[in-house]
Amino acid sequence: MIAAAFEYHRPVDISAAFGLLADHGSAARVIAGGHSLIPMMKLRVTAIDHLVDLRDVAELRGVEVSGDRVRIGAMVTQHEMIAHAGLAAAAPILREAALQIADPQVRVRGTIGGNLANGDPGNDLPAVMQCLDAAFTLAGPRGRRTVAARDFYRSAFVTDRADDEILTEVTFARAPGGHAYEKQKRKIGDYATAACAAVVAKTGDRVSAAAIAMTNLADRPVWSAAAAAALVGTSGDAAAISAATAAALAAIDPADDNRGPAAFKRHVAGVIIGRAIARALSRA
Amino acid sequence: MPRKQAISLTVNGEIRELLVEPRELLIHVLREGLGLTGPHIGCETSHCGACTVDMNGGSVKACTVFAVQADGAEITTIEGLGSPGALHVLQETFREHHGLQCGYCTPGMITRAHRLLQENPRPTEAEVRFGMAGNLCRCTGYQNIVKAILAAADRMAAMQEAAE
Repeated sequence: MIAAAFEYHRPVDISAAFGLLADHGSAARVIAGGHSLIPMMKLRVTAIDHLVDLRDVAELRGVEVSGDRVRIGAMVTQHEMIAHAGLAAAAPILREAALQIADPQVRVRGTIGGNLANGDPGNDLPAVMQCLDAAFTLAGPRGRRTVAARDFYRSAFVTDRADDEILTEVTFARAPGGHAYEKQKRKIGDYATAACAAVVAKTGDRVSAAAIAMTNLADRPVWSAAAAAALVGTSGDAAAISAATAAALAAIDPADDNRGPAAFKRHVAGVIIGRAIARALSRA
Repeated sequence: MPRKQAISLTVNGEIRELLVEPRELLIHVLREGLGLTGPHIGCETSHCGACTVDMNGGSVKACTVFAVQADGAEITTIEGLGSPGALHVLQETFREHHGLQCGYCTPGMITRAHRLLQENPRPTEAEVRFGMAGNLCRCTGYQNIVKAILAAADRMAAMQEAAE
């Protein structure tokens, strides 16, 4: 399988990347790790005349953990995230989720920015970022702006990012408490049949804060405020977990596909959400 | 038709200057441009791992990297790990433990296992299975591949100890 012909550009700073996007408009596309885009180009599902590789743009790299703030450059790979001890300490859910993406070779190329900006409902990191209440920085010819992960996703492959904008970095506050990312998949390397991110904090024997978000159970990641509300103030016992699970299930809208009929996914989601919350609680 | 671009790769320790079309995949340039037919094309959809090579110290699937993206990179293929007269430890242990049947996946398996043992020199069986998850074998059922990699880890550790 050979992609249609294109011109390859490798700008060394972000303004050069904006220049290329402005010059070529819809004929241009940025590439990060390429493990979603290159297969589509090889299948000729996606035609691109100008490929703009962000690999050499220094400001898109690097992980900083300072105090309770975390910043991850968009071109940081999943492999780098997994290996970063400071990041694993500040947000253990990120490492746990990243280890469940695809396989080792794909994680060497795959980036956090690509996983978040692509808008594929099967990608694992969007729900994690919604759980952490992360903010995405988008840069473009009209300047920079930040969008909450919880507001970024509109439908499958449609996000708040305009075509001439580049997602440059992700920031979030260190989330105290127990973290868990639970994923059911048909085989290792697969996208989720159902997955759930949970962060739960306790003060004494009461849940003081919670966040729950789900992967591949609608045409976008689903963050459920009602599921969190069902946990806060409780002791995190079985009744609270099942109330939170019921609230989370009310927010999803799975579709029939090759991972199973919607009713099956709803069943799997119930199991996975319950497990994610219980595991996060056990670590809180 | 877009112009060809000049790229420079260090492949198995040798600098290679090449002129490639941007759409040429790294696996095609290695196999057809440089005659390195060790890395195989299996699924060509980034699932099977037969095309695995080492790029800048990480395992990648060469069917899902454009050669232009690899400009400036250091690449190691199975040809750079051992030779018929001087097998790499992993090649020896794959032979001893029957870690292959048809052999099609083997160059990718060994190239990936080589990087896995660089990252984690004494893996558990579970870590080997997890670390090899990007490489598919349709013959062996994996048992002997896992044994071969664990045996190589033992042998490499013993060699390291003897050298110290």
